[in-house]
Amino acid sequence: MIEIKNLHKKFGKVEVLKDLNLSISSKATNGAIFAVLGPNGSGKTTLIKSILGMVIPNQGQIEINGQSVLKKYHYRNDINYLPQIANFPSNLSVKELIKMVKNLRPKPASDKNFIQLFGLEPFLDKKLGNLSGGTKQKVNILLTFMFDCELIILDEPTTGLDPLSLINLKKIIIAEKQKGKTILITSHIMSFVEEMADEIVFLLDGKIYFKGTLDAIKKETQQTDLAHAIATILTKEHV
Amino acid sequence: MFKILKYSFYDLMRSSWSYVYFLFYLGLGSVLLFLNNDVSKAVITLMNIIVVLTPLIGTIFGVMYYYNSREFTELLLAQPLKRSTIFIGQYLGVAISLAMSLVIGLGIPFFAYGLLQSTEIFNFLSLIIVGTFLTFIFTALAFNIALSNENKIKGFGYAILLWLFLAVIYDGLFLISLVVFQDYPLDKLSLTATMFNPIDLSRILILLKLDISALLGYTGAIFQQFFGTNLGMISSLAALLIWVIFPVYRIYKKSAKKDF
Repeated sequence: MIEIKNLHKKFGKVEVLKDLNLSISSKATNGAIFAVLGPNGSGKTTLIKSILGMVIPNQGQIEINGQSVLKKYHYRNDINYLPQIANFPSNLSVKELIKMVKNLRPKPASDKNFIQLFGLEPFLDKKLGNLSGGTKQKVNILLTFMFDCELIILDEPTTGLDPLSLINLKKIIIAEKQKGKTILITSHIMSFVEEMADEIVFLLDGKIYFKGTLDAIKKETQQTDLAHAIATILTKEHV
Repeated sequence: MFKILKYSFYDLMRSSWSYVYFLFYLGLGSVLLFLNNDVSKAVITLMNIIVVLTPLIGTIFGVMYYYNSREFTELLLAQPLKRSTIFIGQYLGVAISLAMSLVIGLGIPFFAYGLLQSTEIFNFLSLIIVGTFLTFIFTALAFNIALSNENKIKGFGYAILLWLFLAVIYDGLFLISLVVFQDYPLDKLSLTATMFNPIDLSRILILLKLDISALLGYTGAIFQQFFGTNLGMISSLAALLIWVIFPVYRIYKKSAKKDF
């Protein structure tokens, strides 16, 4: 589904992505959850933002469903993206924001279900500037999932959520997967990744260091849980 | 683009700052007109305030809006929208809402005073046009600065410096150069120098319209002598228009290459 070839990206003198090659596709109609992992500054967000066209790569190709996406924008109609930090215009109300995003995307939206699920009804007429961080994140999640898209990209989706909302989020993600969606998640919370992900993409120094299933990474590092497996890779690399 | 413009505009129209700005002009216009009882004098005083204040407010609001809406911009960037649509839309939203505060804030007292019956309506119009131009120019410059600087504090610093330079320092340097090079013919130099400063241009435009030669100063006098009143006004308007087009074009170019 996503084909990335020879991707290079420099920020000033810092080379964040160095000749990155990655192919992501969910088998048949099953749907799959890919976790993009890596230490801070390994290029996770840069990779995701390159796919979305928010970061413009210096070199390389990105194709989605066989079509190059560089310098295009229509393809984003088929991607749902959850940004890391949720911050919205403080003078708009939640209702207006939802209406606006719906207005910007010419496709049907199922916002009502999510408003109910996250208990957002009492906040609909409140200004976004007056909401708490967690509520903003709920609005953020609602905006992400209300459209029906093949590809879903979540950047640190668990930030600031209370336990109940976290459970709801997990349910939503699993439901989307069962509908046959491809889901990309970055997270530093290993228990969350272990629970959700089918495959791990491990980034190190701007390259794909490892791509495979959870079992494969555990086997390769001879560890029983993901956190230790990742730690093993990191210490091995830095000695 | 109009969707983005609409939402940026609504967003700003609801912020209390727009009202403070609007009420400021409303109060200022009313006080000057009803206490002074002289439209012509009121226009001159207002001009002196507008040529300094609209650039300042345009710069600060432009920079502030850009930095404050960064995350929201990222949300928009993930939507199927062209980049130029997002940034030009936001720019127009800011500039139009500021210009509206100015136009309505000054319009109400002037119309209440009975502007339509007097011949001063064109002077008032030129004031409004210049104020609007300055708002559009400096908001665009502010967006340019903000687009080129990731660091908020740096961006703010440059924006204030730009305003200070064009509103105050430029004139000082200009005067010094006139004194230093007084033995040489300076007509061409001062004409060009004026073209490079939108604040000077606006001042000259209004003064040409008001036809008060005593207030024109050196550049104004040369301007009038060189172009005559009508041609002078048209050429200064054209220069102001270029001052809008060029920064907007750079927003368009810069935003297409930027990483978020």
